[in-house]
Amino acid sequence: MPFKDSMKFERDYQELQKKLSELKDITLKKKIDFSQEIATLEAKLESFKEEKYKTLTAWQKVQMARRPERPTTMDYIEAIFDGFIELHGDRCFRDDPAIVGGIARYNGVPVTVIGHQKGRDTNQNLKRNFGMPHPEGYRKACRLVKQAEKFKRPVICFIDTQGAYPGVEAEERGQGWAIAATLMQMSLLKTPIISLIIGEGGSGGALALGIADRVLMLSNAIYSVISPEGCSSILCKDTGRSDEMADHLKLTAQDLYSMALIDEIIPEPLEGAHTNLNKTYKIVKEKLQTHFDDLVSRSIVELLEKRYERLRTIGIYGEDESFE
Amino acid sequence: MLKDLFNPNPRKKYITLPAHTEYSSAVQGSVGACPKCGKLNREEDLETSFKVCPECGYHYPLTAGERIWIMTDENSFREINKGLQTTDPLAFPDYAERVSKAKEDTGLEEAVITGTAAVNGEDVVLGVMDTRFLMGSMGSVAGEKIARAFERACAERMPLVFFTASGGARMQEGMLSLMQMAKTSAAAARFHEEGLLYISVLTHPTTGGVTASFATLADMIIAEPGAMVCFTGPRVIEQTIHQKIPQGFQQAELLLERGMIDEIVPRREMKEFLGKVIALHKVDSNAF
Repeated sequence: MPFKDSMKFERDYQELQKKLSELKDITLKKKIDFSQEIATLEAKLESFKEEKYKTLTAWQKVQMARRPERPTTMDYIEAIFDGFIELHGDRCFRDDPAIVGGIARYNGVPVTVIGHQKGRDTNQNLKRNFGMPHPEGYRKACRLVKQAEKFKRPVICFIDTQGAYPGVEAEERGQGWAIAATLMQMSLLKTPIISLIIGEGGSGGALALGIADRVLMLSNAIYSVISPEGCSSILCKDTGRSDEMADHLKLTAQDLYSMALIDEIIPEPLEGAHTNLNKTYKIVKEKLQTHFDDLVSRSIVELLEKRYERLRTIGIYGEDESFE
Repeated sequence: MLKDLFNPNPRKKYITLPAHTEYSSAVQGSVGACPKCGKLNREEDLETSFKVCPECGYHYPLTAGERIWIMTDENSFREINKGLQTTDPLAFPDYAERVSKAKEDTGLEEAVITGTAAVNGEDVVLGVMDTRFLMGSMGSVAGEKIARAFERACAERMPLVFFTASGGARMQEGMLSLMQMAKTSAAAARFHEEGLLYISVLTHPTTGGVTASFATLADMIIAEPGAMVCFTGPRVIEQTIHQKIPQGFQQAELLLERGMIDEIVPRREMKEFLGKVIALHKVDSNAF
């Protein structure tokens, strides 16, 4: 299974580090001076680690993006915003815990914050449905962004979901309808929108929170039309080639930046966003601030024009002008 | 013209082929035993019934050409944006081959065809999709054609009628495909702002990224009888969450009951129905 082996270097690194510290202990006990050799090994080990993390494959990034230890929407809300008040429910059916939303202050400015919410453990994940929204989640998002427009609050969205929930009830209540309505509404929303892809950006369920004036993405996050497993199972009739498909789908922040589908990559700490939370929050806040300041200084007319232009021009195709 | 279409005389070729389009007339694709009732239908019978099983009313899938031929007034369809060409932006394995094979097999350039036409005497911008072309999936070209169709209808102040049929976003174009959902939805949003009429007709099957974007953003959502319309298809639901799929789940009839679509219209009545609806929207814009 490539799934387990893809992050093998992390275990290798840990093992080597353990062996190195054993070696240190021995030299201390036996009073042999290997300090120079140890220093060289340590340096080698560190550069091995750095090289590995800096050259993660697409499939490894998929694993990184899915780590349960990664900061979730609520973690970012707590770290970056002040006085968050959660607002619940779609006013039609129920509150969907897979999408959280509410109002808060961002550096003193009132904003609306919405995001997919994954759980950290099984219990939380059962409550949050693993961050996979039902239609009512998207309808809640629609309600909250409409409210943001009314009160001229900028909207900040956090994207982190495998996708919209593929279940019978979700279908019965119009999953497709709810996502489409969100896309349409966000495209016309008369207030600035910034979206951050913080972990997994899975298909239409992620995109629903991704219509924005600026789209930022963490360096180990992914954003894809379909999961590599789904792609492999459909195209190869076998999920064993998910690692290959991850590569072909061009789902990493670096790929998407080079296709101009996102505006900026937010660099994570070397070993991932979860390994140095303060550093992660600090840089996210910093990058967010730049775009936030820029957007609020512009007129709504300009923003809407640019937002449309941005969506309208996406696509790569040829055109034979001799027709028509 | 409509009368001619229903001419019962089987010996007479009951419609003249529009010479300027290569989306030909004759019923194409596999016909034969009805998948629903098993009746062996003759090709001629299906031709006069618009590929609806005379026994049980099963609506056979239509090719884009057949759809245009059945739904538009004779000789009225003019294709637009035909020159848009699918490339292989991600250099995805086998994609270029699959596209050329689909072109060869279907005679189409892409899964979406757009144009201007008259439907029961009403001028419209028309879009049709063909599932024989890579499951009618929406990639860059499809998205661009759809957006341009909205823009064309907007510029000409014409209604837009779109017949959807799709497996969803085209994964071989990766995020570029996913973003076509955003693009077509934004185009639909602008179109609505102009106060113009958009009717979508969901045909079998309409799924995934197409259901979750322009297909369900219409003023009126009509479906063909028996059409399956969903975001996640039944197989994926069963595979991923092992839920049992209820009978008739995701079929147009149930969607109507649940309030997800406006009406189900049989293929034979569709053209007239669309004409009536469009006529109802021709009001004096200075009225109030």
